[in-house]
Amino acid sequence: MYNLAVIYRREILEGLVKTSSDHAKEYSLRIEEQVPGDIVVFISDRLSLHEFNDLLSDARSILKNRSPQKLTLNLGGITYLDSAGTLALYQLEEEYTALSVPVILQGASTRIEGILNLLNQKAHHIPSLNPERKSIHLLEQIGGATRMMGSDFVKVMSFVGILLTAIIGSLLKPSSIRWREVLFYMKSTGVDGLPIVGLISLLLGLIMAFMSSLQLKQFGANIYVASLLAMAMVKELGPIMTAIIVAGRSGSAFAAEIGTMIVNDEVNALETMGFEPTRFLAVPKVLASILVVPLLTIYADLFALLGGLLIGVIGLDLTAHTYIQQTRESIDVSDILYSLIKAMVFAALIAGIGCQRGFQVRGDAAAVGRATTSAVVSAIFLIIVADSAFAIILHYIG
Amino acid sequence: MDREPIIVVENLRAAYGDATILEKVSFQVYGGEIFVILGGSGCGKSTLLKHVIGLLQPPAGRIVIHGIDITADNEDARRQVQQKIGVLFQADALFGSMSLFENIALPLIEYTDLSRDVIYRLVRMKLALVNLAGYENHMPSELSGGMRKRAGIARAMALDPLLLFFDEPWAGLDPVTAAELDILIKSINTAMGTTIVIVTQELASIFSIGQRVIMLDREARGIIAEGTPLELKENSRDRRVVNFFNRQAPGENRQGN
Repeated sequence: MYNLAVIYRREILEGLVKTSSDHAKEYSLRIEEQVPGDIVVFISDRLSLHEFNDLLSDARSILKNRSPQKLTLNLGGITYLDSAGTLALYQLEEEYTALSVPVILQGASTRIEGILNLLNQKAHHIPSLNPERKSIHLLEQIGGATRMMGSDFVKVMSFVGILLTAIIGSLLKPSSIRWREVLFYMKSTGVDGLPIVGLISLLLGLIMAFMSSLQLKQFGANIYVASLLAMAMVKELGPIMTAIIVAGRSGSAFAAEIGTMIVNDEVNALETMGFEPTRFLAVPKVLASILVVPLLTIYADLFALLGGLLIGVIGLDLTAHTYIQQTRESIDVSDILYSLIKAMVFAALIAGIGCQRGFQVRGDAAAVGRATTSAVVSAIFLIIVADSAFAIILHYIG
Repeated sequence: MDREPIIVVENLRAAYGDATILEKVSFQVYGGEIFVILGGSGCGKSTLLKHVIGLLQPPAGRIVIHGIDITADNEDARRQVQQKIGVLFQADALFGSMSLFENIALPLIEYTDLSRDVIYRLVRMKLALVNLAGYENHMPSELSGGMRKRAGIARAMALDPLLLFFDEPWAGLDPVTAAELDILIKSINTAMGTTIVIVTQELASIFSIGQRVIMLDREARGIIAEGTPLELKENSRDRRVVNFFNRQAPGENRQGN
C-alpha cells in the first residue's frame, strides 16, 4: 500500500546502502526518510537464510545511527522469501518493538504475503508444554535409584511367584510344555556356548595353574597345583565363570527377545489368544537353562583342568598321570554334586531375571537395550549373592 | 443381525494412573453387526478396545462378552472368552520368529485335538480366505504391510471366533488394498455372521462397511454420538460429529460431501 500522494524528499546515505558482496544484486536495501524519524526501508530481491544476518545487522545499524521513531519495511521488491527470511523480519520487528519503535510491513506481493501468513508468528509465543529436559542432580539420581531398587525388588518377587506357579504347573502336566522350544533354547544356551566356555575355561585353568605354581615352586610343592586348581574350579570358579558367560550370552538374549516381543505387541497378541505369556515364553527358557547349564559347567571344569594339565606337564615337569591322580584325590563326588546344584540354581536365576527384565520393557528400542543390560548385571549380582549363600550354608552343614 | 447383545459395556471407567481417559462409558454390540468405534486423536478408542479384549482391567464398570463378565475377578472366565475372540492389532503383531503357518496354527494346536494334517488344511483354508494362499511358509518379515494385515486377520480367525476385533486395520494401506480389505471384512461378516468391532478413523471404510458406530471424544471422556454413519453425518447437531464425518476442520464448512 503505497502512499503516492506524498512527495518524497529522497535522502540516500551511502553508508547504509548495502549489498551483500557475495550475492551481487541479490539482497539490497534502499532507505528513505521523507519525514524525519519516519524511516522507510525498501528490501529487494532475496531474503533467505543467507541474508538473515545481513538484514538484522543492517536493521540494528539503522536503529543505532538514525534513531527512528517508526520503521516501515516495504517488501514489494522481494522476489524470494523463505522461512529464515520470514523469521528475520519477525526478529527485526521484535527488536524494534522492544525499544518502542513500531514496525510496519507493507507492499508485499500476493505470493510473498501468502508465505508470511503461512509461517504464522503466533506459534512462536506458545510456551513449551513439557518442561525442558534437564540433567538431574546427583543426589536426586541416587535417591531415585534407591527408591527404584525397592519397587524393583517387589516386581521381581511377584514375577518369581508367577514363574514358579507356571513352572510347577508345567511340571505337573509335562505334555503342556513346549518341548520344541525347550530344545531350541538348550541348543542356543548350551551347544552354541561350547566354544567360548571351553576357551575361557582353558585359559583360566592355564593362568591359575601358572600363577599358583610360581608360589608353590618355592616350596617344591608343584604337585599341589593340581589340587588347588581342581578344588577352586569345581567348587567355585567353574560354576561362577560358566554362569557369568551364560548370563552374558543367554540372559541378555532372553531379555532382548521378550522385550522386543512386547514392543511389537506380540505379547499382547498372545494374551488375547488366551495364552499366559509367562508360561508360554519364560518356562521353556528357564527349563532349558536348568537342564543345560550344569552340563556346561562340567564341560568348563574339564577344560580348566586340561589347562592346568598342560601347565603341569609342560611347565612343571609333572607327568600327566601324576597330575590326574592328584586331581582325582582332591575332589570327591559330593563336591561335584555341590557344583551341579549351584549351577542349576544359577541357571534359574539367570533365565528368570532375563525373562523378567524382558517383560518389564515398555515403549521403544532404548528400553529393550536397558532391559538387556540390566538382565546381565542383575544376573551377575544374583549369582554372587547365591554363591555366598551356598558358601555359608555349606559351612554350617558340611 | 439379531437383537441379542453380544458385548455389553456398563459404566466403564478407564484410567492411566491418575489420568482418567474414559468415564461412564456404556454401549452394546449386537450379534452379527459391524460395529465401529471412532473418534479424534487421544479420545481413548484404543484404550477402550484394550479393555474390551481383556488386556486391561478397568478401575470401575462392567464388560460382559457373550454372557461372561470379563471384569469380574475370574482369570479362567477371561481366558475362556479370549478363546472365543480374535484380534488384529494395529502393528499386526505376528510372531516374527514363526512362519505364517505356525502363527495361524498356534491356537489350533493349543486348543483343539485336531491332527496335524487337519490343522494344516485348516490353516491353508484361512490363508485362502484372506487371499494369501501359498504363503504358509513365509516369515512375516517377507511380506508387505497389506499382506501382514491379512495374515493377522487369518490368525485372528483361526478358531472361527464369534467376535473379531480390528484395531486401525486400514492404517498405512493404499486405497486399492484398503478397498480390498473392506470387501474381505464385509464378506467375513456376511458369510460367517461374525460380529466385527473395528476401531478406526478411516471415513471411507466407515461409510462403506460400518453398520453402527459410536464416537468418542477426548474432552468428553466418553461417547458423544451413536448411530449409523449416515445418521451421524447428516442429522447430528454436534459440531464435533459434523466435523468428523464431513472431514472438516473446526470453523470450516464443506458443502455436501
